[in-house]
Amino acid sequence: MRNAFADELTKLGNDDPRVIMLSGDIGNKLFDKFRAAHPGRFINCGVAEQNMTGVAAGLAMSGFRPVTYTITPFVTTRCLEQIRTDVCYHEAPVTIVAVGAGLAYAGLGPTHHACEDLALLRALPNMVVVAPGCEWEVRGALRAAMKQDKPVYIRMGKKGEPVIHKGIPEGFALGKALTIETGSDVALLSAGNILPEVIEAAHHLREHGVSAEIVCFHTIKPLDEARLADVFSRYKLVLTVEEHSLIGGFGSAVAEWAVDAGADTRKLKRIGTPDKFFKISGEQQFAREKLGLTGRQIAESVQRTLAH
Amino acid sequence: MTTAAKAIHVRAGIDALALKKQAAILRGEAIQMSHASGSAHLGSSLSCLDVLTAAYWAVLNIDPKNPTDPNRDRFILSKGHAAMALYATLAHRGFFPIAELATYNKDDGRLAEHPPANMLPGVEAATGSLGHGLPIGIGMALAGRLNGQTHRVFALLSDGENNEGSVWEAAMFAAAQKLDRLCVIVDYNKWQATARSNETLQLSPLREKWEAFGWDAHEVDGHDVVRLAELMTNVPNGSGKPVAFIAHTIKGKGVSFMEDDNNWHYRAPTAEEVARARIELGLD
Repeated sequence: MRNAFADELTKLGNDDPRVIMLSGDIGNKLFDKFRAAHPGRFINCGVAEQNMTGVAAGLAMSGFRPVTYTITPFVTTRCLEQIRTDVCYHEAPVTIVAVGAGLAYAGLGPTHHACEDLALLRALPNMVVVAPGCEWEVRGALRAAMKQDKPVYIRMGKKGEPVIHKGIPEGFALGKALTIETGSDVALLSAGNILPEVIEAAHHLREHGVSAEIVCFHTIKPLDEARLADVFSRYKLVLTVEEHSLIGGFGSAVAEWAVDAGADTRKLKRIGTPDKFFKISGEQQFAREKLGLTGRQIAESVQRTLAH
Repeated sequence: MTTAAKAIHVRAGIDALALKKQAAILRGEAIQMSHASGSAHLGSSLSCLDVLTAAYWAVLNIDPKNPTDPNRDRFILSKGHAAMALYATLAHRGFFPIAELATYNKDDGRLAEHPPANMLPGVEAATGSLGHGLPIGIGMALAGRLNGQTHRVFALLSDGENNEGSVWEAAMFAAAQKLDRLCVIVDYNKWQATARSNETLQLSPLREKWEAFGWDAHEVDGHDVVRLAELMTNVPNGSGKPVAFIAHTIKGKGVSFMEDDNNWHYRAPTAEEVARARIELGLD
């Protein structure tokens, strides 16, 4: 996803002189093309994320469209008050792009994991929260972010994720969920980089005679409420899946909506990471297995629920 | 004032007596606002009012009729708790009606205890959480340079604010970027909310700290409106660096029974104290 981000940002910079890239001393060589194409509009802000975020707000108040970028915890929770006060309170059109969603950097340890960011940024007024499921959604989200006037948070995986779409999905818009596959028995709602596992889960379920609809909720705020109403009316089981804590993330957002909207909350099940740090070493796939987040485990969870 | 000093001020086009009178009027407003609303931070407001007077009446290129002019100088009150000083300044400078000062910290108004975002003309940034104004100002200064503009950005920080790590992140960044149209003024009144500032976190030597962080740093009497005006007018000053003025001030300046008494960080004056203060300021 990060390569797609750098490439798309370079293209956006060609068309829009307001685009300016602020890096938290990361992305060695990743932004070489952007730097070559837009000298002066790439600024390495060093290991100083509070300042970087405030500077971005000041640039945005002066008509620029800054993007701040580094590893997820550092560009979100490290400078959360700057995001809240400088960016969101001022309605400054800053786009915060994080690399390493969830357990993408599992091997780097809990300092680099990000299973709380959605909860924290979703609570901030004026903030749009996006967790793309594929690199084409990263490109679509970045383009959409630059065309509107609100703060946006884009939470990416890292690199080499399966490519789901063949291009930016037709009609891609922030706040509008995408149907990945249609099905008739259950609805699997995916948010973020877990999407390939959710697709795999649907395939396992099909082998066992369960037809699953896959809906990608790349935007967690604002939620596509019409699409939620639709899946709750049509399916006996609605499962949210995310590589994020069950506290405050996508599943929580759906549960909040369901309660407020009077939907049948008995249909809702949630899969996510537990309320604890993942301390043992190992890469992302190992961590997903340990936490029940692989496609097969998601499918088994659905089957267990249906069997009750 | 000596004849020689007067001559310098006349040359600089600065009317020292008018500035001093203006500062006294603003102090009277802040005292009244604190009294009428029972609000804290009067001492902090009085300590920085000479800086604000110099900036708004003798330095800044601003037009209250066109408060969003892209080429205006920016002034950010990073020590947002001195909002009474900023509101009095902006109202008397014509950004909004002076009568609106009576609504300070009252229900359903625009003048909250800290400056609001995107609501009140002349307020460049919502502050109140310390350590935010300088990074925002740096963004504005960077934007100006990228656009080829020549406006300047001033940020007024409290000495307690220098406790915040974000201030020093910002200081190093601005120096690396050689933002010579950026100017910090530190209202060095030697107190923070509950203690002497140097007994809390060691600021001293503060000028040398800013210099070591890559700034062209100077000490100045923070109540010498003329000197402040001359120094701020001279930004960018040819050093090629961002400029810091460590302004030595007295908390509660202008009212004898408030000066250097940190009880006035939180206390609001009684009607009788307002009357005494106004006499001392030459307002009544």
